[in-house]
Amino acid sequence: MNLRSWFLFPARLWMAAFFAAPFAIVLAYSFLARGPLGGVEQPWALENYRRLFDPLYLEILLRSFLVAGAATAVCLVLAFPAALFIARASRHKNLYLQLVMLPFWTSFLVRTYAWIFLLRETGLINTALQAVGIIHTPLPLLYNTGAVLLGLVYGYLPFMVLPIYATLERLDPSLVEAAADLGARPVSTVFRVILPLTKPGIVAGSILVFIPCLGAYLTPDLLGGGRTVLVGNLVQNQFTSARDWPFGSAVSIGLMAVVTVCLWVFLRRESEPLA
Amino acid sequence: MGPILELRKLVKHFPGQRAVADISLSIPRGSFFSLVGPSGCGKTTTLRLIAGFEEPTSGDVLLNGEIVNRRKPYERNVSTVFQSYALFPHLSARENIEFGLKRHGAPDIGRRVNQALELVNLTGKESRRPAQLSGGERQRVALARSLVLQPDVLLLDEPLAALDPKLRKQMRLELKAMQRRVGITFLLVTHDQEEALSMSDQLAVMNEGKVEQVGSPEDVYLRPRSRFVAGFLGAVNWIGGIGVRPEAMTVARSPGGERSRQSPGVITGSTFLGDCVQVQVRLSGGEDIVVQVSRASAGFAAGDAVHIGWDPGDEMSFA
Amino acid sequence: MKRWLAAYAVAFYAFLHLPLATLAVFSFNSSRFTVWEGFSLDWYRAIFRDPQIVEGTWNSIVIALWATAISTVIGTLCAYGLWKRGSRLLTGSLYLSLVTPEIVTGISLLALYQWAFRWLHWQLGLYTVVLAHVAFSIAYVVIVVSARLRTVSPALEEAAMDLGANEWQAFWYVTLPALLPGIVAAALLAVTVSFDDYVITSMVAGVDSETLPMVIYAMARRGASPVINAISALITVVFGVLILISERVREI
Repeated sequence: MNLRSWFLFPARLWMAAFFAAPFAIVLAYSFLARGPLGGVEQPWALENYRRLFDPLYLEILLRSFLVAGAATAVCLVLAFPAALFIARASRHKNLYLQLVMLPFWTSFLVRTYAWIFLLRETGLINTALQAVGIIHTPLPLLYNTGAVLLGLVYGYLPFMVLPIYATLERLDPSLVEAAADLGARPVSTVFRVILPLTKPGIVAGSILVFIPCLGAYLTPDLLGGGRTVLVGNLVQNQFTSARDWPFGSAVSIGLMAVVTVCLWVFLRRESEPLA
Repeated sequence: MGPILELRKLVKHFPGQRAVADISLSIPRGSFFSLVGPSGCGKTTTLRLIAGFEEPTSGDVLLNGEIVNRRKPYERNVSTVFQSYALFPHLSARENIEFGLKRHGAPDIGRRVNQALELVNLTGKESRRPAQLSGGERQRVALARSLVLQPDVLLLDEPLAALDPKLRKQMRLELKAMQRRVGITFLLVTHDQEEALSMSDQLAVMNEGKVEQVGSPEDVYLRPRSRFVAGFLGAVNWIGGIGVRPEAMTVARSPGGERSRQSPGVITGSTFLGDCVQVQVRLSGGEDIVVQVSRASAGFAAGDAVHIGWDPGDEMSFA
Repeated sequence: MKRWLAAYAVAFYAFLHLPLATLAVFSFNSSRFTVWEGFSLDWYRAIFRDPQIVEGTWNSIVIALWATAISTVIGTLCAYGLWKRGSRLLTGSLYLSLVTPEIVTGISLLALYQWAFRWLHWQLGLYTVVLAHVAFSIAYVVIVVSARLRTVSPALEEAAMDLGANEWQAFWYVTLPALLPGIVAAALLAVTVSFDDYVITSMVAGVDSETLPMVIYAMARRGASPVINAISALITVVFGVLILISERVREI
């Protein structure tokens, strides 16, 4: 073995033991059944995967897709003007970028808790609105799908800003000037010239937001109040209170399959030549 | 004593290309030898085979008579000055020069480093880091770093390419002098034919992975053995299969003169180069040629009818 | 349009930063209600008086230090090995580990441990958390160190070997010093990622190995409390400082 093989060995060992092996076990469990005391036992069957198609679980899967999709769409709408602003700034570009990333580098748990603090019935928003007299009873802002959506958008917004900013940065300014030259007004230039050219950044950002949102657990758990069950919550539930590890494994494998497909599609697009 | 470095039927294939296609060379001890040729001719690959960064596909590399094909770079008494100098950025000039000596566990490091610094004229700047040195100074650190190890052969990969033109001319003289002084065999790789001609005791002209000709500068320049070598080392006028160099021709208003070969022609233009003049002439046979004349014998204008002369001894013809 | 963009940017940054800012502001509120009643450091004092918080913080620190030490070494060696010659399988699995939802990583590691404990008869504890943290931190370290390696010219190692250093010496004396800022930045990143983790940790921690995020989670579940505000403010400041240092170090 040469030096290089020695250097790669620890990482290979760790990934084999703590990434590949766990996956293999979960995959195996997904084909087994739940034992009487919560363990796993034979027979080998596709029963768990069949259960995924029950209306109850399909609803959860569908909701996860919709919430993740909505979060991605909202992030896109919010992030694009911000990325445009930074790309066009004449000075301090790095500072603006760091200010976008800064909240991300603080604790995810803290950032999710901040919305509990703001949105709950005795939280800041309700208290402030009541104090000013706009409302008289507190609004149920927390513990619903809207709050989960807000939490996801807040958590992953920077992931949308950076790739879009990167493509905007590389955009040839003369293209925009040419459009203006030919009579396009600023807003129309954005939609007809800039937007299509930033497609790679938009796709990258969308994948970077969609995938984590699809598998989100903490945000729906804290902000959804048990009413918004997404795939992540379902998995956690099966491995704790429901004690149905085989079914939970099947759900996990299903989730991973979707994530892998999304990633594969994204990587295929990345290797396509840019327009 | 045999040659210090010998290449025998050396071949190196990369996937999809033959970089070095059968080279045999013998480099005399203590000489300044150049490998010269256009980009992609295989000269850098040859250098890397000698240094040990690549293994030959077939053929042998012999250092001091020993076959060293499979030996790693650190097992060969050969040192390389890289085109980018590859100075270690986190070490000072002194520490860079010390590096090889320390790895070899050599005694008397301090004195030897001081000697090397003196040799390259960098005494006083040895505690500076590469980032704080000029391009020329960095090159000298790279030279000192390799020379201090007293290698059998010093390999130089386009050492002057990164310097600006004036410095380049000055460094040619310095390098030549340095080689004379230390007596170590220098093997220089360059695409600049002027460099190779001015510095080398012997040079090898390479093209497409093969050596076309080996010899002294005069030899290869005045008696090239192929059209490629003739054209690569300098300008050539081709007149019906015969080649003559611009500086070997004369221009006169009347025929006769000292040169036995003659041809009438018409001036089509002239270029003032400062130290000489290049006159473009269209010969009666239709060829367009260039003649190099001194400023004194210039004074021709486009449209003038002239006679071109040259000696048969200056003709170059190839099978 | 420039003015609209600037106005939007202000609103955008406000959206990003105000939630955390208000958390911090109200951590100094003397009352536990969301009405400002005066400045107080009570909630900060409460942090140090709560044994659960103190123990949780201590556990988090121990886990973070161990996990960072191990993952930084493994990740640096891995990044170097990949720099010499890529391995699609290893790179692919590293990226996959980054993309895998945390809950899936958590349950899969739990499944691994329970399966292994059938033969080993061990229990979940701090060590199971450390092993898990190393697993997901390696990818981060590899990314940061690889980025640093891209700024190192391969000619430097060739020059070192040319001068008499063998492969290991070339790495140790030439490449490693050039990598040091990247390694430090990667370590700081690994510390924050490990300290902050809740999902995976909660799945594989032992009964006596509560971490600070687990304590915060339990408190948040019971209902908001200004103590959480205070902890949040402290964590935010500490993380912010660590990340800023990491960014500065990367530019050396």
